[in-house]
Amino acid sequence: MTVTELVSYEAALAGYDPVMGLEVHVELGTKTKMFCGCSTELGAEPNSQTCPTCLGLPGSLPVVNAIGIESAIKIGLALNCEIAEWCRFARKNYFYPDMPKNFQTSQYDEPIAFNGHLDVQLEDGEIFRVEIERAHMEEDTGKSTHVGGATGRIHGASHSLLDYNRAGIPLIEIVTKPITGAGERAPEVAKAYVAELRELIKALGVSEARMEMGQMRCDVNLSLMPKGSTTFGTRSETKNVNSLRSVERAARFEIQRHAAVLESGGTIVQETRHFHEEDGSTTAGRIKDNAEDYRYFPEPDLVPVAPAREWVEELRTTLPELPRLRRNRLREEWGVSEHDMQSILNAGAVELIVATIGAGAPSDQARKWWMGELARNANESGRALDELPITPEQVARVAALVASGDLNDKLARQVIEGVLAGEGDPDTVVDKRGLKVVSDEGALGTAVDEAIAGNAGIADKIRGGKVAAVGALVGAVMKATRGQADAARVKELILEKLGVSEG
Amino acid sequence: MPGITREEVAHLARLARLELSGDELDHFAGQLDDIIGAVARVAEVAEQDVPPTSHPLPLTNVMRADEVRPSLTPEQALSGAPAQEQQRFKVPQILGED
Repeated sequence: MTVTELVSYEAALAGYDPVMGLEVHVELGTKTKMFCGCSTELGAEPNSQTCPTCLGLPGSLPVVNAIGIESAIKIGLALNCEIAEWCRFARKNYFYPDMPKNFQTSQYDEPIAFNGHLDVQLEDGEIFRVEIERAHMEEDTGKSTHVGGATGRIHGASHSLLDYNRAGIPLIEIVTKPITGAGERAPEVAKAYVAELRELIKALGVSEARMEMGQMRCDVNLSLMPKGSTTFGTRSETKNVNSLRSVERAARFEIQRHAAVLESGGTIVQETRHFHEEDGSTTAGRIKDNAEDYRYFPEPDLVPVAPAREWVEELRTTLPELPRLRRNRLREEWGVSEHDMQSILNAGAVELIVATIGAGAPSDQARKWWMGELARNANESGRALDELPITPEQVARVAALVASGDLNDKLARQVIEGVLAGEGDPDTVVDKRGLKVVSDEGALGTAVDEAIAGNAGIADKIRGGKVAAVGALVGAVMKATRGQADAARVKELILEKLGVSEG
Repeated sequence: MPGITREEVAHLARLARLELSGDELDHFAGQLDDIIGAVARVAEVAEQDVPPTSHPLPLTNVMRADEVRPSLTPEQALSGAPAQEQQRFKVPQILGED
């Protein structure tokens, strides 16, 4: 295999316009599989959540999960799609051991939802409309473990092991129409689209859409056409791109690679490609040719789905406020910039901040703690913000203790540290650790006198007009009171005692 | 005129992972062509107003509630497997040597 020397991104965009097609698979959060009553709980023992239906045993019959259909309709409606009045499932036949039936139950030419769009907001606030081709229902495959090859890869493996717990979990596949006109912003549009779709899916409550857990994954189709042309080029399909950042990187890499191949007079091979997290590159996978003849036909074991219009309209009334509109509303309420709101969204802090405000904290305090101390802790411990062992109510309680003067910021950080360490709720941590602002003026006065006496040189400088040196004395008092004093009050007291006024 | 060629039968056999000899291909191609021809006569009878049928029962929207039902035990699930390892179905090498 020859390694193509990449063309710079700028050079690629100077000569070509990218065209993208994004296929996103979302695993629904139903309790049971799409066509049988097996549990979808994660982390179960291998092959402990299977039955004759999802194992494809003779004589078994599938029955569709009502919540699966309902979720598909909700997703379709939220994507401004038309909902089919009548549609069927189809068998997609292929031989691969991840499906014990030798076919995947999917939808072919009769998707449940079609012709929609999703408006996505880029980082500078520009709105880009992504047209939706279709959203259809299907089922997930089993999990393969490849044995005997290097680092679990299928190449060179001597045999493979299959766990079918995941086989049959409902999936919705959402396919865009070709995305044109994004130009150099194509990778950013791809990322923003997947991000917006994820927020939408979460807001609908149909899936947690955690990409790092494979609950949502994206295939990036990309081709280039010479500037001025309207004929699409040959596309490549980069499979299973599993983070927002990777979606952007994969699109960017493929633009550069396609341009390099085309510039050198070569032709793009229509193939699937694998994305590599380490360096953001892609490498060739299967060549998509006629061998991939799925011989779709209508699934004879399932009857058609014909959602009543009344049901569809009823579901429409349950749709939540669209995430993008809600974010803009919150942004205005909180009085933060587009950029800050983007950071809050990227940190996964929107809902936590909303809940903290709901528990009584002022919005600036809620933002400050989640985006400061807690974001840092999450980062350091490699956890998502909502996985930290602290609730919005507890954060609101800390904010209330600061507002009432019982805690200063430094003590509040210690309280949060204690809550995260499992020492109990904020009030318990305050009691156990003895964290209270020293507001007893007598005790403070003594500490201030001691600090002045112990740092006579500095005290003289301050008396002589070097007010900035007061920091050292404040530090000494804070140290003596183990951080439990109100620093601003300490400073006032020191200046008072030294007979100096600020400024 | 609908029908099926020997090449198409060979292609389908490959997709279905069926190994057919040359004689068998000749034999099945002829038989399948006859069958397809016979079924095609139905299309001659059906007018535009007769929609294709994929199911003989006039049913739609047969659904089940999203309620967990007991699964097989792993032992039961694996009981028909020709080979198993680590409580998983063991299958032969998927990709040949490249």
